[in-house]
Formats: sequence, structure tokens, C-alpha cells
Amino acid sequence: MPEKAFMKGNEALAEAAIRAGCRYFFGYPITPQSEIPHYMAKHLPRYGGVYLQSESEVAAINMVHGASGAGARVLTSSSGPGISLKSEGISFLAGAELPAVIANIMRGGPGLGNTQPSQADYHQATRGGGHGDYKTIVLAPYSVQEVVDLTYKAFHLADNYRTPVIILGDGFLGQMMEPVELPQMIEPEDLPSKPWATVGKGRRTRNIVTSLCLPPEENDALNRKLQKKYNLISEKETLVETYLLEDADYIIAAFGITARIALAAVDLARKEGIKAGLVRPITLWPFPEKELAKSAENAKGILTVELNMGQMVDDVRLAVSGKAPVKFYGVTGGLFPTPKDILTEIKKLEVAVNG
Amino acid sequence: MVREFSRPKSLLPENYLYCPGCTHGIIQRLVAEALDELNLTPKTVGVAAVGCSVTNFHLFDVDMQQAPHGRAPAVATGVKRVLPDSTVFIYQGDGDLAAIGTAEIVHAAARGEKITVIFVNNAIFGMTGGQMAPTTILGQKTTTSPYGRNKDVEGYPLRVSEMLATIPGAVYVSRTSVHNPKHVNRTKKAIKKAFQVQENGEGFAIVEVLSSCPTNWGLSPLDALKWVEEKMIPYYPLGEFRTPSEVTN
Repeated sequence: MPEKAFMKGNEALAEAAIRAGCRYFFGYPITPQSEIPHYMAKHLPRYGGVYLQSESEVAAINMVHGASGAGARVLTSSSGPGISLKSEGISFLAGAELPAVIANIMRGGPGLGNTQPSQADYHQATRGGGHGDYKTIVLAPYSVQEVVDLTYKAFHLADNYRTPVIILGDGFLGQMMEPVELPQMIEPEDLPSKPWATVGKGRRTRNIVTSLCLPPEENDALNRKLQKKYNLISEKETLVETYLLEDADYIIAAFGITARIALAAVDLARKEGIKAGLVRPITLWPFPEKELAKSAENAKGILTVELNMGQMVDDVRLAVSGKAPVKFYGVTGGLFPTPKDILTEIKKLEVAVNG
Repeated sequence: MVREFSRPKSLLPENYLYCPGCTHGIIQRLVAEALDELNLTPKTVGVAAVGCSVTNFHLFDVDMQQAPHGRAPAVATGVKRVLPDSTVFIYQGDGDLAAIGTAEIVHAAARGEKITVIFVNNAIFGMTGGQMAPTTILGQKTTTSPYGRNKDVEGYPLRVSEMLATIPGAVYVSRTSVHNPKHVNRTKKAIKKAFQVQENGEGFAIVEVLSSCPTNWGLSPLDALKWVEEKMIPYYPLGEFRTPSEVTN
């Protein structure tokens, strides 16, 4: 019997991490993600784990570096401004090939912005965020159940590819409650060993975890190795969901909570005789370019809807590559579009396309 | 023939990347000797910092992680919390620890993290080209204080050990120097104590070691050692600022 619960998105994320065998959390308080550290502070000690509130976001991500390098599954969470501060550390994790899971429950920006839901950190997440040539896997859940499933999966992906993984949620998802099925508990001792970890060399040759690569040839080789890994991830781990796409004239591209609203907009449009469909990238990096390109072949137009001023739309345009007109509709500040608002935008697109 | 002096086992036969006359090499050797003598090498995880000692993970024969600039205390915290039975040390310079890493070192001490900190203070940013550090003494000329550090412009040098000694979690705080053999021996004792404190589970331990930088100070190696004695020690007095009773003697 699967275990069922009624949970807030943030709490579900924390519980899923524990069930994935994560016993270490390092973080710093910031709204709207605070229920994640609250939950970890309460529950991790019961599993013999460690919750540690760091002095800064910067310290938190570096504690993650240390813990991950010591072989543990480890989580940190934050929101926009905090992720900016963690970006240095995320670059180091990528360079040293350390697995880690980082949740960003997005809020309004830029700067201090506000604490309302947002999707304005799409570019930051999908372009790495920090310095140097690297990518992070970016998972974008659109329901509390998917928060659970993708968090659970994130730890596997991080370990499997030795790479940081970002869970890109938003304030809506973090704060709303839904029924969920919880996955099986993984005990950390049952996880595969990490022979590369720094745990004390014992009788073996020493292990070194570093992103420092001074000779030009070695640095170039590291970058090529990383690109090879990213290509493999693109090939194997891209996730996308589509809805009523087969005969769709007008396609909405949306991720996360916006895709949830867009689903209702598709149904509204269909009721009015407009053949609408939805493409929902679940991995924002790797981006489902092939699915977008394919769907654009027979489409009259594509509408990208986001809680920002137009970020994923850049990737949609790259993927579609001129095969169909791509329009953008977005709101910020914690405002959100209703299904009717999206339908209005589809109609505008229809007029623009048909003249 | 009896061999009286040889390379510590915890120090690999790699070339130092330090400038001639720099005393980093002596300090690094002392750390390796301490690890050998306390038999800690197999269970030790070291954390390298950014600065002249950035490549020291090539030199110690222990598992090591390389931390971002100033962040070694946070990385070490992560290691130690996952592996409470391991021995964790960090090796940071004054640019790393006393400037960009001030928050990390203060809070690692405040939490009483059971780690050993080797803090090498040469009053300058060495690797990046001799810029002023928070520890640069008044009047000292550097590439970014070319007219000499002026208290009205650049403020006062930071006495890290005295500051950390006010924190209850910092149970062993000591400042030593390696400008002559007597003080090299004292430094060795202090470093061993700092590891013993960790092994006893007593808390945070730091040894600040005054070190010379002939290249960036523009002095010969011998004059640089004299400069440590005559200019640095008066501002950075040597001694133990905090000692748990268990490790006295």
C-alpha cells in the first residue's frame, strides 16, 4: 500500500528528500521556502541526520560541498536572492563533479523583489547561474505529487551523473496543499558506495575533490568531459508532457504552476472550437527541443506563458527555429493569469496569424 | 648511518610551489609531522583554501577537498558533520580567512565545529600579487597600499586570534611564528595541540602562524624573517589565547 498524505509543497519536498536517503540539510531562512528547513529541522534528527542553519547562503552551499564530497546525499533550499548567493558554490559543485540537490522556490525579483510566486529565475537556473561552462539539471514540478516524485528522482540523477540538480518550484507550489503518495524510504546505507568520496584514505590512495585545474590542457579536458556528460544527460533525461497536441493548431508552452493553469485554458479553447494543445517541459535543462520542434511542424502559432517577462520563450524560439510564430504572455509580481486570460491571448495569436 | 631527518609520511614527494624563502613550506611540513606523530593520516580529510596554498592538496597524503575562496570552514563543517569520527583540518591564508572568509571562520568557531584550523598570516595577499590584506600592518607598503597602510584610509589590521578567543566555541586559540628554530618547535607543539583538541572532541581549534613573504614584501628571506620579529610580532603578539585544561602542558 502506498503511503498517502495531505501536504504543503515545501513539506512534501522535504519529506521526499528524506525518503530519497538525504540525511543532511544546510540552509538559511528565506521566504517562501521556509517550510523546507522547518520540516528538516524537526524530522532529520529522528533519522540520525543533521539539520544545520548556516550563517549565510554562501556558507550553506559550501557545507553542501563538504557533505557531498564526504559521500552523503545532501539538500539545500532557498529562493531567488539566496540562489544568487549560492551560485558561486553551485559552479564549484559542477566543476568538482559533486552531486547535490538545490531547491529554488522562486519569488519576485529582481533584487529584493517580493515574496510572491514567480518564475523569474528560469534563465539563472537553466544557464547554470554561476561562472564557467556548466549546466545543472533543472526539474520543474507542477503539482505537489510531482514535487515529491521529482525530488526523489533528483537525488538519483545527482548521484548518477555526479552533478548538482535544481528543483525549480515557485511560491504557489511551495505553499499549496494537495494529497500525495509518498515513495518508499531509502536507507542511506543501502545506497551504492561512492569510491571517489573524501572520507579518510585508510589504506587506499588518497582521493581529491577539486575544481582547480591549472594546466591549460587539463582544464580544457575537464570542460570537454563535462560537455560529454551534459550531452548524455540531454539524450537520456529530457522529460516533457504534452496535452491534446496531435491536432493542435495553437500550442501553449508553459512550465510549473503556469502549465497547470494553461491546461484549463486548453480545455476552454477546445470548448470554443479552437484546437489548442499544451507542451509542458518537466526538465527545463535539458530542454525538450525535439518535442517543441516536432509540435511546431503543423502548428499555426505558439504561445509561451510564464510568470516572468519572457525567459523560457527564448528556448522555445530556438527549438521552433522559425517553423511557427512564437508569442509571449507573462505577468510578474505574484500576479497570475487565469485560464480565461490565456484564452484571450490565444485568440489574439489566432487573429495575428490569420490576419 | 642513521637517518635523522626525513620527509614526513603525510607529505608527498612533490615540489612546493612556494617562492624561495617563503615559510609556508615549514608550516606545511609541521602539519604533516603532526598528522604522522598522532597517527591521524588514514582518517584525515583536509580542506585546501585559495591563495598561495591553493595547490597544497597535491602535497598532503590525505583525502582532500578544495574550497572556494574563504569558504574552507564551511566545507570542513559539511565534512565533519557527515563524518564525525574523522579528523578534519583546513589550511588558510590571511587573505582567505580574514577578508572574504571572515563570516565562515567566525561562525565555524561560534558553532564550536570540531575542526583544526591552520591560519597562515603573512600580512599580504601573496598569490594575487602582493595586495593589501586585512592583516597588513600600519605603514606597510603593498601594491594596493603603495604609500603605506594608513589607518585613516584603510583602517586597522585585524587581530583574528584575539577576536576568535572571545567565542566560547573556540577552545584552542594560539598564535605562533616560524621565524627561528625555537619558534618552529613551538609552532609544531601548537599544531599538535590543535589536532589533539579535535581528537578529544573539545571544539574548534586554530593556530595562527606568522609567516614571511620575501617576494611581496620586497625583502631577502633573512630580512623577511627579521621583519616578522620586529614588525609583525609587536602588533600580533605570540601566545595561547585560549586553552582547554585537558590539553595544557
